[in-house]
Amino acid sequence: MSAAFPLTLQGVHVRRQGRSLLGPLELTLGQKGTTIVVGPNGSGKTTLLRVMHGIERVSRGEVTWARENPAKHAFVFQTPIVLRRSVADNLAYPLTLLGTPKHEVRQAVDYWLLRIGLDAAGNNQATRLSGGERQKLAIARALIRKPDVLFLDEPCSNLDGHATREIEALLQEQAKAGTRLVMATHDMGQARRLATDLVFLLDGKVHQNGPADALFANPGTGSLAAFLRGDIVT
Amino acid sequence: MIEILDGLKAAFLLVVGFDAELWEISLRSLRVTLSALVIASVIAIPLGTYLAVQRFRYRRFVISMINALMGLPPVVVGLVVYILLSRSGPFGVLNLLFTPTAMIIAQVVIITPVIASIAHQSMRELWAEYHDLLISLNTTKRQRILTLIFDGRRNLLTAALAGFGRAIGEVGAIMIVGGNIDHATRVLTTAIALETGKGDFALALGLGFVLIGIAMIVNLAIHTLSRTEREGRW
Repeated sequence: MSAAFPLTLQGVHVRRQGRSLLGPLELTLGQKGTTIVVGPNGSGKTTLLRVMHGIERVSRGEVTWARENPAKHAFVFQTPIVLRRSVADNLAYPLTLLGTPKHEVRQAVDYWLLRIGLDAAGNNQATRLSGGERQKLAIARALIRKPDVLFLDEPCSNLDGHATREIEALLQEQAKAGTRLVMATHDMGQARRLATDLVFLLDGKVHQNGPADALFANPGTGSLAAFLRGDIVT
Repeated sequence: MIEILDGLKAAFLLVVGFDAELWEISLRSLRVTLSALVIASVIAIPLGTYLAVQRFRYRRFVISMINALMGLPPVVVGLVVYILLSRSGPFGVLNLLFTPTAMIIAQVVIITPVIASIAHQSMRELWAEYHDLLISLNTTKRQRILTLIFDGRRNLLTAALAGFGRAIGEVGAIMIVGGNIDHATRVLTTAIALETGKGDFALALGLGFVLIGIAMIVNLAIHTLSRTEREGRW
């Protein structure tokens, strides 16, 4: 359970170059579980995650964490960003930024290399990894600091079934261990497998949110019902 | 054509004969150029990287100025440095005119914008690639700059070598501030100019081939020593 939550967004509005990307939006995320953010392309999923993580400035409104010093949170981008270093050095990077002692860095890197199945590739250049391997590396690099909260922006959007299954297993393991997950996806199957809460965005606004089981069983609105069926919703 | 062959022959004889004067001026050329390269790199690489990551009011103007200074006429640089270092100039008291130090100063002025401009270009591309990750990891400005310099070191090496190429072949400025004094400030380029003036084209060409050879050896040595093609280091 993360002490950093609840996370509250009040009157949040993001505008860029005269265009509204998100909001006005009110949303509270509770302490436990995995929140899945769904919605059509351009509905504001990525912007919402970036706002919550603090890498996107809001034009209006407030984002408030329960704890004064915001939780340790990490972000996994849709297109994995890998540093032009070895796989092991990529994993070590967030820890070296914090000045973690070398032996602890080494221990953590060895653990995560093994955990994501890249132990034989530790010395290889990360830029030479496949898409799935890159994304696993990006997730492991985000998790190596043991964050309270992990934001994931469609981490499996370009991956095949095998890589997706591996990543989902890793995320479920982390969720069980108490890491709060907030993830955007357009894969409804993935949403059903992982979500404890669901946030449905439409035109930059929260159209509906609540416990995932309840919303999957009873979507409540035509738009969400259509979206869950796989119909085109605009 | 015959003169070129004579030049090659002269270069061969100078090298295999271990001509003392050739060694002296070659080593002075290297000492002056490498000193200027180190000083210019220490200024230009962090400057180019800083300009890539930092937004400030006159940033575009500063970048334009650096780009414009790449085309700085060496003779003008030589003249300005001469005036500054001459007895009646503000730094006359240092007695640096007609010394290798004056030549190093002139070369630093000439090559710093070259290295800074190329470094800025490559660091800007790397920053675009890393931006979200480094912001997400809450890195300090110093950590961002150091990360970019470390991961972009191969591109920065190219920038430094471009500066080396400009400096080792420079003649106008160092002729003015160095004076081409035998056993004191004579370097390969000023010796070539002198021999050409005397009409000894074979010797001038011979020195020219030695200069080209040194430039190629230094390039290869820097590439090899910096092990730019190596893989990970975990």
